[in-house]
Formats: sequence, structure tokens, C-alpha cells
Amino acid sequence: MTIKSFIPFILLLTTSVLFAGKTKVCPSCENQSIRTAIKSTPVGDTLIIEQGTYLESDLTIDKPITIIGINYPVIDGEEKSYIFNIISDSVTIKGLTLKNVGLSYTTDFAAIHTYNVKTFHFEDNRIYNAFFGFHIEKSKNGIIKNNTIIGSAITEYNSGNGIHLWHCSKIQILGNTIEKMRDGIYFEFVKNSIVQGNLSQKNVRYGLHFMFSDNNQYKNNHFEINGAGVAVMFSKNVIMENNTFRLNWGSASYGLLLKEINDAVILNNTFDQNTIGINADGTNRIIFKNNNFKNNGWAIRFLGACYGNNIIQNNFLQNALDISYKGSMNNNIFDKNYWSEYAGYDLDKDNIGDVPYRPVKLFSYVVNNTPETIILLRSLFVDIINFSEKVSPIFTPDNLKDFNPLMKPIQTND
Amino acid sequence: MIEIKNLYKSYGPVDVLNGINLTLDQKGIIAILGPNGSGKTTMIKTILGMVIAQKGDILLNGESVKNKWSYRDQISYLPQIANFPQNLSVTELIGMIKNLRTQQADDVALIELFGLTPFLDKKLGTLSGGTRQKVNIVLTFMFDSPLVILDEPTTGLDPVALIHLKKIINEEKQKGKMILITTHIMNLVEEISDQVIFILDGNIYFNGTVSGLKSQTKQTNLEHAIAAILEKNHA
Amino acid sequence: MLKILKYSFFDLARSRWSYIYFLFYLLLGFILFFLNHEVSKAVITLLNIIIILTPLIGTIFGVMYYYSSKEFTELLLAQPLKRTTIFIGQYLGLSLSLSLSLILGLGIPFVLYGVFLSSAIWNFTMLLLIGGFLTFIFVALSFLIGLSFNDKIKGFGVAILLWLFLAVIYDGIFLLSMILFDDYPLDKFALAMTMFNPIDLSRILILLKLDISALLGYTGAVFQKFFGTNFGMIISMTVLSLWILVPSWFMVKKALKKDF
Repeated sequence: MTIKSFIPFILLLTTSVLFAGKTKVCPSCENQSIRTAIKSTPVGDTLIIEQGTYLESDLTIDKPITIIGINYPVIDGEEKSYIFNIISDSVTIKGLTLKNVGLSYTTDFAAIHTYNVKTFHFEDNRIYNAFFGFHIEKSKNGIIKNNTIIGSAITEYNSGNGIHLWHCSKIQILGNTIEKMRDGIYFEFVKNSIVQGNLSQKNVRYGLHFMFSDNNQYKNNHFEINGAGVAVMFSKNVIMENNTFRLNWGSASYGLLLKEINDAVILNNTFDQNTIGINADGTNRIIFKNNNFKNNGWAIRFLGACYGNNIIQNNFLQNALDISYKGSMNNNIFDKNYWSEYAGYDLDKDNIGDVPYRPVKLFSYVVNNTPETIILLRSLFVDIINFSEKVSPIFTPDNLKDFNPLMKPIQTND
Repeated sequence: MIEIKNLYKSYGPVDVLNGINLTLDQKGIIAILGPNGSGKTTMIKTILGMVIAQKGDILLNGESVKNKWSYRDQISYLPQIANFPQNLSVTELIGMIKNLRTQQADDVALIELFGLTPFLDKKLGTLSGGTRQKVNIVLTFMFDSPLVILDEPTTGLDPVALIHLKKIINEEKQKGKMILITTHIMNLVEEISDQVIFILDGNIYFNGTVSGLKSQTKQTNLEHAIAAILEKNHA
Repeated sequence: MLKILKYSFFDLARSRWSYIYFLFYLLLGFILFFLNHEVSKAVITLLNIIIILTPLIGTIFGVMYYYSSKEFTELLLAQPLKRTTIFIGQYLGLSLSLSLSLILGLGIPFVLYGVFLSSAIWNFTMLLLIGGFLTFIFVALSFLIGLSFNDKIKGFGVAILLWLFLAVIYDGIFLLSMILFDDYPLDKFALAMTMFNPIDLSRILILLKLDISALLGYTGAVFQKFFGTNFGMIISMTVLSLWILVPSWFMVKKALKKDF
């Protein structure tokens, strides 16, 4: 026998020592039903679920207990209903595999559902084939950490969200991996929460979706190949930092959609290979700083009514079109950005180009009005009209300029 | 044998050949005469298939030349203007034509005869007009074709070369070939031709011998005979 | 035909202009790499150059070569050779030598900078393939123009106009008509319009290889679906081939009827 083959044995030994005397469920135990085990677990105590497959669903937890899985036991809901329905404060669930949650067009069934609870902690669970992964309603002070949620969503209408929060506050969503759901993470009326270090990819709709959720922040997340990217709508004071938005391609696709957003901070993010890096619609007083826009179709597309935004010290690298802007007025500030297409010179060698850069091209104005014209991208004719517009602007706002374009890219932590 | 039947050719509004009928079956040297623009070159080029007639046909040994190309290995042609690819050397040009025709060629003696040896490695673009014409002659006579067509062969030649040329033409005649020649040098015509064809305004005006032409126009000198025809027709 | 091709080719291979063209691409390739070491970025810059320059060079060289090789052509016409053979041979000789200048000129710096090790190899191959296509297309068109106009100046003017039309004016009309008929569905119209201009078609084909395809997706799935699939690729290549074959066919027809 090798040392390795001992490890499970030792683990088993230690855990059974650790949890000795606590409630336990296993396929060969006296107690084979999780439902009855929950009932028999005293308040504040721990329920151990050992390795095995349990065909159970709609398990209501109405008292503060801790449930811990050993070697990720499988709870198979057989596509009937919820798996866990939590109506008590202070519940912890760790180390379980939850699969086959029921699909319904009337009820949002979830692997773990909470309603009106405080201080929950869900960690290290694996959720497969769930209609919703976590469905958290009217709850506070919870942690959802290091879970994996993998769905197989193909269309929006018959799929649910990975982590769905509604009317919540002070929730921490940390280090989860979410794949192939409708929205990876969904916030509606959520306050003072943080989303950090998550990977949300290949979701049918949004990697992250904020609605009416003020004073939140999301940092260090990775959003990739989502149907439409990340959407932040109708929210105030959102901080978006160090996130990566990649490969969101398609006719209605963008890295980040901002709609009716005020006083947000967008800092140190990377937007790489998106059809539109940031689509800003009705955004005011936002600071865009130290972001990298690389190889996008449009880096930033400003639609109607965007005022008082500051676009400062960002890198715009090889985007087909840097900025698209609607309207003939501008009171947004573009300053000290690096534009890879800038062709000016720097005689005094202060790393600031001596000629202002005009990031809005006539062609991007044309494409805004007639999208199909994009097919003429990079044609000689388009270069010629762009040049003539650059020399004497008619269609694009005259004052939309970066007066201090940088000669070298900003060093970012990318 | 060449049979030209009812040959019409016009360039736009200008009629160049107006229904030419001509049968040439006699071996020997046939001079084709006529003023500038009378259609001599056009007729020759029609025989070669370089110009395509609107109407009529040309039979070479009983076979139509229309849309054919292989019959040209029976013809050696010396074009009026000796223009060649500028980047080729003389050797390369001769080699190329030999390679293209894949026929037995005897170029060495001719090169020697016209003193072209020092020019063999020179680019054609750098040669003088006369030297180029000598190259032209070599290219024409190095193949042993039953029909030889010479369009203004004497252009730019010095007297020595002219003598060589006449000698070659006579030698070819001795071999029993048919030789068509256009020229404005009447001495040459009188000296070598067996038959004279005079073309005027796209028609055959005269077909016979030099003496026949003289007697018809009642002139003793060929040049004057020609002049008489022209004056009569354009008076 | 091979003999004519060979002679045309070697004739051109010794012409100063072929070297200038070759050296231009060589220099361009090295400069691009010197300026930015990223292969994929260099490919994008090259795209702009190739879709404008190869048609222009093809047109100018085509017309120039046609008129300057007139004597050579006449010499050949008196030989026992088919007319088709003579013209197709010369056409292929010129197109091949221009394509070779392009491929070697750009290929050498790219190979030296290790394009074979990079993922850009396919984009780069595509770029050269398109460059080759454009060369063959525009040489055929300019031969056709040469055959149609005996006057050298006129022929040259028409050829340049044709280039200008396809490279610039066509797109202008294209853009304007799209803006004017904004209210109608335009994707199919746009697709058809690209097919009728080899420069536009080539540009789109390269763009699609260059990750900018996302942008085309923006206009609805039609372009993406069409060009993104093998079917679209086959159609596009067929259309480009037709752009070579149709002018060549007219060229042969014209040549068979022409007087020299």
C-alpha cells in the first residue's frame, strides 16, 4: 500500500473523529434520509452528509444548522422542485453536489433558496443542471463563496440565473465559477454588497446583471464569452474595479452595458475583443480611469444623454473604432489617454502629444445611423472621409478631443 | 499556293481591302507594290492571321487559314518594324524563337554573314535600327519554310547587308520557294522579282510581270510606271 | 503556353520594376516588424496596404506590360502559336511574377520573424492568397483594357480609372446608397454589393480573419453567418475566381478578334 491510498482512509478517520457525535447521513447508515436527518439535527449543530447519492428535493431548513458534505455527496433533485429551501437565519451549507433542480415557468426553483434570512454561508458547493443556482430573497449578511454552478442553458426563457439576489443587502459573492446559465450573477434591489474574484462565462445573457442596486462594488472578476456581456442598469455609486471583460461578440453584445448609471467608478478594468467595450446610455458623472480597451469593435459607445463623464488615462489599443458619440454637444472630458491610432508628434518630449486627438471618426457616426455600413470598415473611401472630417469637423462635436494624448501607453496591472 | 478570295477589311470607317481576289501559285519572287496605306501590309498580315478580315477567305494549299495557327510553321515572316523585347539579348531571342517553333534552324551561318557575332550578348534595346533589322533577317531566314514573306526587308540596311540580303533571297528562290516581298525600292523589284502585284485602294490594280507593268503604262522605268498609275488615279 | 509563360516571366524577372516592387514589399515587411514586433498587428497594417496596392500595381504593370510587350506579341503572332496560348501565357507570366514579388517580399521578413511559430500564420497566408487573387484579377482587367484600346494613353487612363472606381468611388456609392435606403433591410444588398467588387470582397475576407468579425456581427447575423461559414468561404473564393476567369475569358475573346 502506498501513502496515497491511505489518505482517504485517514481523512475519513479524522472527519469521523471531528464530527463524532454529530448527526450523520450516509447510504449505509441507519439514517439514510437527509430530510429526516435535518429534522433530528439540533439547533446550532452540524449535519454530516457522507459520500453517496441521495434522491431528495424540497428540503426545508427552518433552524440554524450547518450542513457539511464529505467528498461532495450528490443530492439529486430529479428535476422536481427546490433542493434546499432555507427560511432560517445562520444556516451554513458546504461541500455538497446539488443537481437536477426542477424547471418551472411559474416558480423560480433553485438549488439553494433563501427567503428573509440573515447570516447565511454557502461555500464550496457544486451545482449542476440547476434552474437557478442560488436564489436569495430579502436576505442579509450572507456569504456565497467558491461555489461552482454549471448549467446548460441555450435559450433565455427556459433558463435561470446562477446567483440571483433580490432585495438583499451586505452579501458577499466571492470566488465562484458560473457557467452556461441565463445571467451568471443577478442583482435586483441589492445594496452594499460585493462581488469579487468570480468567473462568469458562457452565460446566455449577462455575465453579471445589476438592476436598481446602489452602493455595490465588483472587483477582480472575469467575464468571458457571455451572450451580451455585463449589464449595470439604473444604479448609483457602483464601483467596478480590476475586472476583465472578454470576447463578448455579436449583434447585441458588449463588454459592459451602462444604462442610467450615475456616479460610478470604472477603474483598472480590461476590455478585450468585445463588439462594444462599454455601451453607455444615460450615464452621468462616471470616472473611467486606467482601463485597457484592446481589440474591440468600439471601445466606448456613448448613446444619448451622457454628461459629466471623465475618461482619463485609459489605453485605447487597436480598436476598430475608439469612441462613438451621438449628438453634436459634448461635455464629457477626455484627457491624457493613450490612443494607439494617434499619429501626432511630441516635440518637447513630455510624453504628451502636441496635437489634440479626435477619437470620434465620421465613419463611426455613419455606422451609428446605418449599422450595415460597417461592411465598409477599413476601406479607402472611409479613410478618406475620416480624414476630411478630421481636417474640418462637420458631423462630430468639435470639442470632443483629447487635448493631452499620451505618446506611450499607461502602465496598468494588466 | 495562296488563294485569296473576296477579301474585305475595314478599320472602322476606313476600307483597307475591298474584296481582293488573288491566286498566287507560281514559285519565285512576288513583289507586292502600292502606295502607303494601300493595304499591302494588311493583306500580308491577313495571310498570317494577325489581321482578321470581315469577309472573304484565304486558302493556303487549299486549306482555309481562318482560326488556324499551325500553318504558320510553313511561313517565315519578316515584319516591317524590327521591334523586339528590350530585355532580351540577341542570343536569347534567337534561342526563344527556335524553341517556340521547334523546327530545324540554321542561324550560325546567317549570324556570321551579317556580322552579328559581337552583338550576340547585347540587349536588343541597345542595338541600332540597322542591327535590329539584321537580327530580324536572321530570325526570318534561319528556318526552311516553303513560304517567305518579307515586309520592307531593306529598311535601315547598309549596302553590304543589302547585297547579302539579295543573295539570300535568290538562294531561297533557287530552293523553289514562294517569296512575297513588299518594298518601295523599285530597283530591287526590277532586279529580283518574277511577278509584280500592284495594290491600289484595297484592290488588285495590276498582276503580272515588271515588263508587263511597264508596257501597260507605256513607261520605260518602273518608278515612272508606278507614278503614272498613281497620277492617273488621283488626278 | 508554358513556353510563353516562361519567357514572359523571365523577361519580367529581369526588369528593374519587378525588383523595385519586390524590394518595396521586403522593406515594408521589415519596417512593420521593426516598428511592432507583434505579428498580428503587422498583418492588420498590411491589410490596408495590400487591398489598395496590389490592385493598383496589378493595373499599372498590366497596362504597361501589355503595351510595352506589343512587339513581342507581334513577333509571337507570326509564329505557329495559338492566340489564346500567347495571351494567356503572357497574362500568367506577369501575374505570377507580380504575385511572387509579393509573396517573397513579404514572406521573407515574416519567416525571419517567426510567423510560422505564431498563430497569425493563417491570417498571413490568407493575406498573401488574397493579394495573389487581386493581382491576377487586376492584371486580367488591365490586359482586357489594353486589348480594347490601341492608344496607350487612353488605355492607361481607363485602367487607372477602373482602379479608382473599384478602390474608392464604388465604396462611396455603396455607402451613400446604404445611407439613403436606410429604411430598408440592407444586409442582402450589402452582401451583393461586396460580391461585385473584388477589393471589397477581399477586404471583408481578411477582416473576418482578423477578430474584427465581431463588428460585422453588430449589423445582424447575416454577414457573420455568411462569411463565417465554410459555405460563405467557398462562395467568396468562387466569386474571386470568377473575377479572374470572366475578364480572362473576355480577354481571350477580344484577343481572337483583334488585328495586329
